[in-house]
Amino acid sequence: MQERHPTWFTKLPEARAILESPLPRSYLNFAGTWLLNFMDTLRGLMAFGLITLGVAVTKAGVARRVVRPLIRAQVYRAGVRLLPMITFLGVALGLIIIGQTVALLTQVGAHSLIGTVMVTVLVREIGPLLTALLVLARIGTATVVELGTARALGEVEALEALAIDPVRYLVVPRMIGLAASVFALTVYLILISLVSGYLFAFIQDVPLRPGEYFNQLAAALRWEDFVLLALKTIGFGLMLAVVTCFQGLARALRIEEVPHATTRAVVHAVVACVLLDALFIVVYLLI
Amino acid sequence: METAETIARPCVIEMQDAAISSPHSPDALEIEGVNWRVSLDDYWVVGARPGSGKSSLLAVAAGLQRPARGTHRLFGQETAALHEHELARERLRVGLVFEMGGRLFSHLTVAENIALPLRYHRDWPEEEVQARVAAVLELAGIAHLAAHTPARVVRALQPRVGLARALALNPEALLLDNPLAGLDPRHARWWLDFLAALAAGHEFFERRRMTLVVAGDDLRPWMEQGRQFALVKDRRWLPLGGREAAAACMEPLLRELLAAEFATE
Repeated sequence: MQERHPTWFTKLPEARAILESPLPRSYLNFAGTWLLNFMDTLRGLMAFGLITLGVAVTKAGVARRVVRPLIRAQVYRAGVRLLPMITFLGVALGLIIIGQTVALLTQVGAHSLIGTVMVTVLVREIGPLLTALLVLARIGTATVVELGTARALGEVEALEALAIDPVRYLVVPRMIGLAASVFALTVYLILISLVSGYLFAFIQDVPLRPGEYFNQLAAALRWEDFVLLALKTIGFGLMLAVVTCFQGLARALRIEEVPHATTRAVVHAVVACVLLDALFIVVYLLI
Repeated sequence: METAETIARPCVIEMQDAAISSPHSPDALEIEGVNWRVSLDDYWVVGARPGSGKSSLLAVAAGLQRPARGTHRLFGQETAALHEHELARERLRVGLVFEMGGRLFSHLTVAENIALPLRYHRDWPEEEVQARVAAVLELAGIAHLAAHTPARVVRALQPRVGLARALALNPEALLLDNPLAGLDPRHARWWLDFLAALAAGHEFFERRRMTLVVAGDDLRPWMEQGRQFALVKDRRWLPLGGREAAAACMEPLLRELLAAEFATE
């Protein structure tokens, strides 16, 4: 591993000595190596993300004719094509979680809490995170394979030879497409699961009128929820795009390294999304 | 006389004491001490054994990759000092045809492959782009492949798509990486005739003579075509001079690349 992906710290003589030291020390070193690797990846990701944002802003007018259809294709692929899956997941979520929660809360007479619980669980947490993970599974992995293969086969160099900015052509459309898709799909997921959850509760004869249910939801929602939902889902989309494109493009991959890069990207993307989610919990607690 | 002529013609690509590293391991030098000047209308043939860094050399020459050491100039301008968009503009004046199938964009059709740089760089209306794509496809003799994806194109014709893509933007110089690799004699003949026509001034480019650089590991077909010759030997740059000088040269590597050693044995 270390030999195949030499990073800045494995080139240091001190670091080499630590990495090659015998067993008792190596347990600690394992944690140290992991931490250094983590920091290295984090640094690379941040640099890549900033470069991409820079390109997205400064070259916003460059080659719109080429980039616009690419953005549309990404929105179609990551958004529209995922609608059936999101509908399925929304119904399942509604039946399994929402319906049962509504039934339980009604049993203990905590009717008035239904809105708050729904908003906290669904709108703030599960909706965005689940959508992001679904988009990662369906589109994120495909992105790493596509870009990794393109990089390994030299297509990225071919782009550069034609003076086409690979970040503008390959990364920016994916970033915009994924951000828009995660946002839109989250809204769909939340709406579908709220409705299907009520249907489940209705079938179970929970004494809750639709008007009452939706009134409670409306009362529990604050205007910040809409803003933060938008920010969070767009953040998830950007994060997914940056992590998957970084793993696919940033290193000079060989074709046999593409599967490895894909699994790595999934791990990094999940961790990144959860960390971003944690950041938003702090924001929710503060407001 | 030849030196006077060389100095008079403007410089296209110039490298001074350049060292070339491999893109996969930037620390390992593949070629060192490259002092190379490609002038307008030159027809360079660079011979080297397979795996000795020809592709990296062309990548540096085209301004895709920075030399590990030394300076590289495109059209008289030092590339290290150029701003990104200036470098991109200079780079567009040099076309690069990659080896082994030309590195086509696999998700686009042949016509879209060629249209991509036009749509990206030129503000032309769509009909003009289509007309240019059709003309370039016709020029490369692959008009019937326009709607195919690269994977469906016969292997022998894939490099021609790469050639058409490089020619679409009307470059002043063309660098070709091992263009005859794996081609049967009929296709190899087409390439040689086409490149000879480009070097002499093809009517498609209004009879403007194109500067050519060909890198290859089999020099037999090129000895009658090229006008300047060089070798990469033991990671060093070895200029041979003009056609007569190269033909008279007894350098063992040149004999090997001309398959002359096998003939004498």
